[in-house]
Parts: sequence; C-alpha cells; structure tokens
Amino acid sequence: MTEPAVRFEGVTLAYGRRPIWADLSLDVAAGSFIAILGPNGAGKTSLLRAILGLVSPTSGRIEVLGAPPRRGDPAIGYVPQHQHFDAETPLRGRDLVRLGLDGHRWGVGLPNAGASARVSASIASVEASAYADAPIGRLSGGEQQRLRIAQALVSEPRLLLCDEPLASLDLRHQQGITELLRDWRERTGGTILFVTHDVNPVLHLVDRVLFVVNGRWAAGTTDEVLTSEQLSTLYGSHVDVVRVHGRILVVGETPTGYAAEEPHHEPALVGHERAHL
Amino acid sequence: MDQLLNLLGYEFVQNAIVAGFVIAIVSGVVSPFVVARNMSFAVHALSELGFTGAAGFILIGLSPVLGLLAGSAVTALFIGTLGARVRGRDSVIGLVMAFGLGLGVLFITLYPKYANEAFALLFGTINGVSHGDVLFLTGIAVAALIALGIVYRPLTFATVDPEVAEARGVPVRALGIVFLLIMAIAVSEAIQIVGVLLILTLLITPGATAERLTPRPGQATAYSVAVALFCTIGGILLALSTNAPVSVFVTSLSFGCYLVARFIAGPALAARSPRGALAEST
Repeated sequence: MTEPAVRFEGVTLAYGRRPIWADLSLDVAAGSFIAILGPNGAGKTSLLRAILGLVSPTSGRIEVLGAPPRRGDPAIGYVPQHQHFDAETPLRGRDLVRLGLDGHRWGVGLPNAGASARVSASIASVEASAYADAPIGRLSGGEQQRLRIAQALVSEPRLLLCDEPLASLDLRHQQGITELLRDWRERTGGTILFVTHDVNPVLHLVDRVLFVVNGRWAAGTTDEVLTSEQLSTLYGSHVDVVRVHGRILVVGETPTGYAAEEPHHEPALVGHERAHL
Repeated sequence: MDQLLNLLGYEFVQNAIVAGFVIAIVSGVVSPFVVARNMSFAVHALSELGFTGAAGFILIGLSPVLGLLAGSAVTALFIGTLGARVRGRDSVIGLVMAFGLGLGVLFITLYPKYANEAFALLFGTINGVSHGDVLFLTGIAVAALIALGIVYRPLTFATVDPEVAEARGVPVRALGIVFLLIMAIAVSEAIQIVGVLLILTLLITPGATAERLTPRPGQATAYSVAVALFCTIGGILLALSTNAPVSVFVTSLSFGCYLVARFIAGPALAARSPRGALAEST
C-alpha cells in the first residue's frame, strides 16, 4: 500500500472542554474519494481545518501527504461552501482563480504570462471560459462554484478539501460540479475529502465514508457505515437507514416525530479501532 | 482666471495643492478596500478620534497633524484587536468612538481659543497646511503606499474571499489590523482637506465610484485615484476662485462623480462587457 494521503493517529480536537471528536485514527488512501458525513455542528469543518493546519489537535498526530499539516500548503486545494458574491464585488472570475494561484504572496502582483496561462487552463478545465471575464457577482451560483473549483485546482494540488460545495445549488449544478470532481480525480489521481450533510449527490463516486456524530465516528464503505445498526450506535438512539430508488435516507426519531437526515439525540459510546479508508 | 494664477504664487496655495496631490493618491488607493471591506463606520471612528488626538495635542502645545495621526492610529489598534469578529465589530467601533469623542469635547472646552481651529479640523480648510506639514504628510503617505504595496495581493484575497485566503495561509486577522493602520494614515491625510466630518467623501466615494466602472481590481484602484485627484485638486481650485470652503466643492464633485458612474458611465460600460445585459436585468 502506498503512503496515505491523510493519516490520523489518535487525534482528539476540543474547543475549551468540549471535544469535537475524540481519538480519531484512520488512513485516507491516496486517490480515494471520502465523504465526511454527519449532522450540523458535528465537527466536519473542524476536520478540514485541522488538515489545513488552521487548528491544532489537542492530542494525537495528523499527517498530510507524509508531513505534518502546515498553513498554506500548495498541495491542498480548498473549495468552501457556496456563498454568493455580492453583485458589486470588484472581481472577475479570472481574478478569483488567479488568487488561488498566487493571492497569498506579498506584493502587488504584476501581470505575468505564465500565471495567466495556468489560470486560463484551469478555467478551461471546468468549462468556465465563456464567463470568466464577467464580474463574479453577476454569475449564477453554479457558475461561481465552477470558478471556485478552478481556483482550488489552479495550484495543482494532490489533495482537494471540499466543504459542502453543493449546498444551495440546484440538482443540475450539483451534477455538473460532481462530474468536475470525478474528472479531476481520474485525470490526476488526486484525493478528495468531501464534507456533506447529504451523501446522495456523490454516492456513485464515494469510496469510503466517515460519519461523525457528537465526537463519535465510524468509517468504512457506504454499505458498512450507513446501516441502521451502525448509525443507531453512533447517535445513541434508534435511527433507520432507508435505501429507496438508489438514494440513502437517514431517518431518526425525535420528540416531535421523525426527521430525515439529521436526528438530534444524545450520543452514546461507540468503540472504534484504526480504520483504513 | 488671472486672479487664480496670482493666487498660485502664494506659498499657502502651493502647499495646499501639493498636499492635495499626496492626499488624493493615498485616499484613492485606500478607498476601494474601505468599500470592499464595508468599513465606512470604522473610517468615521478613526476620523473623529483623530480629532480628539489633534485637540489633545494642541492643548499640550504639540502639532495637530501628529495628534490626528496618533488619535486615529490608537483607534485603529483598538478596533483591530477588540473587534476581530465582524459581528461584534460595529459595537466595538461605536463604543470606542463615543468615549473618544467625549474626550475631544473636554479638550475643546479646556482650550478657549480653540474655536477656529476646531472648525477647520471638523470641516476642512486649504490654508491650514504649512510647508512642514506637507513634508510630514508626504512622508507618511509614502509609508502607507509602501505598506499597502507589500500587502496588496493577500489583502485583496482576504477581502474578497476570506475563507479560502485563510485556507491558503494568508494571515487574515493580522492583515485586518495592518489595513486599519494604513487607513489611519489615509484618514489623517484626508482630514487636512475635507475635515473630520466629511472624511467619507475621500475615503468612500472614489472607491464606490470605481466599483461601478470596472470589475478589475487593478483598474478600480486607478479609477479611484483619478476620481480622488479630480475632486481634491478641482475642489481646491474652485475654493480659491470663490470664497466658499474647500470641502463644499470636494463633496459636491465626488458626489457628482458617483452619480455619473452609477447612472451613465457604469451602465454604458456594462452593456459592452460580457454579461452586461444580465447585469442590467438584475
């Protein structure tokens, strides 16, 4: 087995006294597509921030591409949740992508043919050339998100972290973005960690899932993790996992009835050992 | 016209015009960032507490220009360290501003001959700038422009796209404080012409006007500087040819520039650019 893209060894992260997740040990194989699932506030984003070196674990060790996490690692691309740019934002799509290439460097940033060519190539790879020169705030959500992918890919990363990149996009754009990610992985052999509250749009791409609930976690293939038994243990209350028309629904009992996707219950203990993703 | 040419021979007029150039360039470069970062309230706080600083310095016999800079720089540090989160920022600015302005009122009442200077500080003047002031203003302007040149790219990144900027290793929070200090210099400069209360005419309007004319960050800076220069120098010349205060003309010219950009030039340019039609329909 080749070196894992990301390795967690007994990692615990806490804000103050509240643990976000505890004793996480897993290897993410290079070239795989991992979906990170769980209810809101389960610490999915913190996981990405730890890989980016923006927060340090309370205990344990993280390795990213064979080294400790460091801020601004160009081998990591980052796609945030879609937040619409204000209509008057003085920025073209092209400028946004360029920032992904050298926006972190000091200085004014003079025109540079080599950099422009890389920016154009990245824009072409997400099929956004037609609108890359328009003001970013005038583009649709799906178009903006394509440019965000180009921004993340322009530095030629080996690991792509996506934090709910499909949220607030309609179905057609969700499919478009998912295809881009699939193509990128096939082309480059890169690794994708994909945080989402809904696994269905990426179900056909996912190699493994990591499910996080209130500090507990479970990892494995979708069939191993997304089962009524496994999730009931994680949530500490009865949860049904229903497969219908090729989609997976998580339904939990709440005081007011049944809620799909996000049951909110007190957690119970779950045992875990080292997982290989 | 002859009268204007005669006036240009006076030293105070030459000082005003040289200072006007320097001030307009700094304001024009800083303004697009102020607009993009939604910092009009902070600009106002830096300005009003610059007034407190100037009043305090006059009271103890020091240069009011230095006092302006000290007042707004201290305020910048306060806001930068106390108000890091956007949500709490406005209240921090508000409470620092209220306290500081209270001190300013105290300083004025303690210095009875102060009325004229207070009026000049609050509403702007062109004959308040000495030769020494011009040198000092040029010095701090160069410092501000060099600092802004160094942080320009990461500051742009942190301004338009803070989440990804942070992920790429940009020190977003530290840059926020650096920018507040640069803003403190720009504010101390602009007060020399337009005064404490009309500060936004040089720190908001040029950037807001430029934003209407181009989506390119570099071009926006150039347009913003052009607008600031036109309004400042135009305002000084108009004030010399009449007897009305300079700030009246600077504010009117800059408001006019904004209206033209918003309703005439902006739509005309947008119609020629990609997605222009879409821009008009939204």
